[in-house]
Amino acid sequence: MSRSPYVSQAPSVSNIMLKVMLALLPAIAVYVWVYGSGILLVLLLASLTALVAEALVLRIRQRPVWPFVSDCSALLTAWLLALSLPPLAPWWLVVVGTFFAIVVAKQLYGGLGYNPFNPAMVGYAVLLISFPAIMTNWPAPLSLAETSLDWTTQWNIILSGQLPAGVLPDAVSMATPLDYIKTQLKLNHSVDSILQAGQFGWFAGKGAELVALAYLLGGAYLLHQKIITWHLPISFILGLALMAAGFHWYQPQLYAGAGLHLFAGATMLGAFFILTDPVSGPTTPNGKIIFALGVAVMTYLIRTFGGYPDGVAFSVLLMNMLVPLIDAWTQPRVFGHKP
Amino acid sequence: MLTAIWVMIGLALALGLLLGYSSVKFKVEGDPLVDRIDAILPQTQCGQCGFPGCKPYATAIASGEADINQCPPGGDAGVRALADLLGVEYKPLNTEHGEPKPKSVAVIDENVCIGCTLCIQACPVDAILGAAKHMHTVISSECTGCELCIAPCPVDCITMEPVKESPDNWKWRYPVIRIQPVAEHTTTNSIH
Amino acid sequence: MFSLNRIVDLIKQPVHRTEVHLRGGVHPDEHKHESTQQPIMSLPIPHQIVLPLRQHVGHLPKLLVKVGERVKKGQLLAEAEGSISAAIHATTSGTVIAIQDSLIPHPSGLPDQCIVIAADGLDEWVDLHPMDWRQQSPASLIEHLRLSGIVGMGGAAFPTQVKLRTTPKSPVHTLIVNGAECEPYITCDDMLMRERATQIIQGLAIARHIMGVENCIIGIEDNKPEALQAMTEAAAKADFAVQVKVVATMYPSGDARQLIRLLTGIEVPNDKRSTDVGLQCFNVATLLALHRYFDFGEPAVSRIVTMTGRVNEPRNYEVLFGTPMTDLIAASGGALSGVDDYIMGGPMMGFSLPSIHVPVTKASNCIIASAPDLFPPAAEAMPCIRCARCADACPVQLQPQELYWFAKSENIEKAREYHLFDCIECGCCSYVCPSNIPLVQYYRFAKSEAIAQDRAKEAANVARERNEFRLMRIDREKQERAQRHAQKALGSKDSSEQAPAAATNTEDAASKQAAIQAAIERAKAQKAQMKPKNVEDAPTQVKAEIAEIDARREQAKQAVTQSQAQPAAQQASLFDQAPASSDANSADKD
Repeated sequence: MSRSPYVSQAPSVSNIMLKVMLALLPAIAVYVWVYGSGILLVLLLASLTALVAEALVLRIRQRPVWPFVSDCSALLTAWLLALSLPPLAPWWLVVVGTFFAIVVAKQLYGGLGYNPFNPAMVGYAVLLISFPAIMTNWPAPLSLAETSLDWTTQWNIILSGQLPAGVLPDAVSMATPLDYIKTQLKLNHSVDSILQAGQFGWFAGKGAELVALAYLLGGAYLLHQKIITWHLPISFILGLALMAAGFHWYQPQLYAGAGLHLFAGATMLGAFFILTDPVSGPTTPNGKIIFALGVAVMTYLIRTFGGYPDGVAFSVLLMNMLVPLIDAWTQPRVFGHKP
Repeated sequence: MLTAIWVMIGLALALGLLLGYSSVKFKVEGDPLVDRIDAILPQTQCGQCGFPGCKPYATAIASGEADINQCPPGGDAGVRALADLLGVEYKPLNTEHGEPKPKSVAVIDENVCIGCTLCIQACPVDAILGAAKHMHTVISSECTGCELCIAPCPVDCITMEPVKESPDNWKWRYPVIRIQPVAEHTTTNSIH
Repeated sequence: MFSLNRIVDLIKQPVHRTEVHLRGGVHPDEHKHESTQQPIMSLPIPHQIVLPLRQHVGHLPKLLVKVGERVKKGQLLAEAEGSISAAIHATTSGTVIAIQDSLIPHPSGLPDQCIVIAADGLDEWVDLHPMDWRQQSPASLIEHLRLSGIVGMGGAAFPTQVKLRTTPKSPVHTLIVNGAECEPYITCDDMLMRERATQIIQGLAIARHIMGVENCIIGIEDNKPEALQAMTEAAAKADFAVQVKVVATMYPSGDARQLIRLLTGIEVPNDKRSTDVGLQCFNVATLLALHRYFDFGEPAVSRIVTMTGRVNEPRNYEVLFGTPMTDLIAASGGALSGVDDYIMGGPMMGFSLPSIHVPVTKASNCIIASAPDLFPPAAEAMPCIRCARCADACPVQLQPQELYWFAKSENIEKAREYHLFDCIECGCCSYVCPSNIPLVQYYRFAKSEAIAQDRAKEAANVARERNEFRLMRIDREKQERAQRHAQKALGSKDSSEQAPAAATNTEDAASKQAAIQAAIERAKAQKAQMKPKNVEDAPTQVKAEIAEIDARREQAKQAVTQSQAQPAAQQASLFDQAPASSDANSADKD
């Protein structure tokens, strides 16, 4: 028999997942600085739920538990979902979302490598549709909030699921930049006047844009380490920028420009960490470009004309459905064959 | 309300016309069904299906007289291919018609052969060389393993010998990946 | 690896560096220096030579010798049969002691027909007839090569006389010499180029003459500076133009089509041979074999083999075909402790030898003594995470993950659609897979299934045709018989003629029946008496067993006879008849 090749030089799956989680650390650090340490508890809850849920389901499916749990793919899904949720989300929201993402969106489709949809985005979408009020109730960045919450209060809020007595919701929460813009545009305010509001910084929301920059930094690390290729992130960012710039040039006061769209919402997180999920994404280089452009177009449309403030999650899920077709249509030319 | 109904009727008529025109204009000329079924059958001509050969069986399948799972030499793969072609449910091989056997060829024992030509007349692919009162021999490369020559031989000199595996016809095995640790005994087929 | 001296050497060389680069490919650790510290050593003549008949691609050669014959070194033992075939020669003088199935170095571990020669230690050559190839026509030289036993020495073992053919429709304008040797551990071509560069160039001259090419390019990887220097010097002394080009060290730059693209920029279309686009590629050792055959008269009897890995003295040896692997291992000082496997070929494309009791063949370029610490066993395979690193690494730009899913689900049709047969099984995909999936094994499985399916389809088509012809023939005979009967009926007016004719017919029929019955009974009697053959020399115990089996058979026969005789006997008493020929009945229940 032969088991050639007898040598190999490949990072293991867990190695790859851990590097991606490493790339998320700068963003988590900035997140804590901007919004407080509540996010750490959310991350912890999500991680624990993910590991326990995956172990349970693997046991039920009669599959070996340790090889699959130790590859850290569930952990990464949990972190990505946690970073998409509001920082003061109640504990049960985190648990339900993570559980759904791991058990239904990943394991019930066959486990690692078999899920057609991005599990973190499925979890997010399910939560957004089921609990829209909580999911859109974002706390203000610490520097902008009326009432600042220290970390014990934040952790209390998460664990109890409610604000402490005497603290009004308006005092701690604030509409996210995208949400604010959407509402204000509906009220027929011009983009320029909206961007004058105190909560906006250089490009987008104060604080939030720093988190976006940190995601960008993490993404650069992933590119350098060759964990991801340039096709997906660059195509998505360029696509979204072009869409935004185009509409903004057409009607500057009705449509926000590229700078806002790139640094608000989940653009940077999506470009480097969510679209690049290998399992649910396309495998061919041209396919990746088409996929990313599709997500960019749909994200812009949902943000501008749709009902939700941010559209990355739904766009990703919709394009996930098209991935087999994209793969089949973008097969590259094989050596010795005509194109 | 009435306009809606008229629009729907109009659409139905228009699309129906379009479909009908396309089905005539873009019709794909394919082989007749019997030939396409025959192309799937293994051509062993053994008669285990209950018909005197593969073409009659193909004809019977096409006319609905026979089921698709009556051919043991075609095996499971053959039934699936027929199910795919005809768009019917797959069903396992009907063991009443025999079990799939490894490919064998007939061999005549030349010490015993009396040259009676009964096997020559029985062979559906003329794979036996010989003449009356002359030695008979099976042309192994043409023998399909149908075993129709064994019964007519009055001296029982024909045996079926399975085709041996040699470096020439050896096939790489399907890689077996353990997902659960098994007992120490592993077959020669597995990689790990 | 990157020393200043080497860089300076390379700059000093008047060689051309290729501008084209390999797409995909990987860069494994080379491990070449272990076996290049010492020059090539000739292995002593072994006691026994085991020559498989199947050492090449194509038809098996036809045996010419018998057991017991005395043969000399270089004597033709089996001649090429069919258009794609190669001859087998005795690689040392001795006596043919057996022609039998013996273990061969093949991944299946199945035995194959081999000629076993007991060497007499004299190593006596046959009369050698070198020829002045410059005076001969290419056609006659190619005819001669059928007797040379020369096959591709790069591992593919394709009969060289077929590769040297050109047709007026597709002339060859460029000859590529493959000195790349891209796979780790293998250094036989490197050492050959260092030590015998002139002979390689002389072989190239012959190939050039046969194919009528003007342009010759030698491709060498840049990790072989000494070979590069030797070949450049030898090329400079040649009386025809030869270019020596350096290719960047990358696996698999030594694959023929990849090398052609690296050296000439031409991508050979997948459905054509390289000769169809005017190119042909030969390994350096093959060219050297051509030189030895035409200029010295020596047919293919030996090759350079790299013995490396966990042995005491890794080195390159000149080995006679048919030498037992054990001799090779012993010559290199024996295996170190912990060695549990021997790999023939390199670590990327080689296979584990089924046993060390196999002979060295024309395709054995390298043997690696492997231990778990050298090549650790593969980790458990995880599911595919669709990361497409394999697609990035594939030099043929296939989509290995798609081929994997199709091969896994045994969807051979789809695998073919995704160009399964373009895969060169180089192993780059498996090399980079984070999930440790044995991708190449899946493709090998899918390919053998596809080939077996094609063969079965071919056989089915032939069977269908034969069946249809038979049915047609029977029909035709029926019609002819009916015609004849009709004519007879018309022709004969006298009915009285018919009666004797009918009578003769029945008489003939009766006598025929009697003759057939007699023949059947003779055959049955013969079968009943048939004794097992070849038992005169069998040991007494075997004879006793045979006697026991015979006795048991007799008993069984008599039991049947009795049980049949019972009702027959009853009948006899009832009807007062002699018992029917029950012995005839019992004889066939053997």
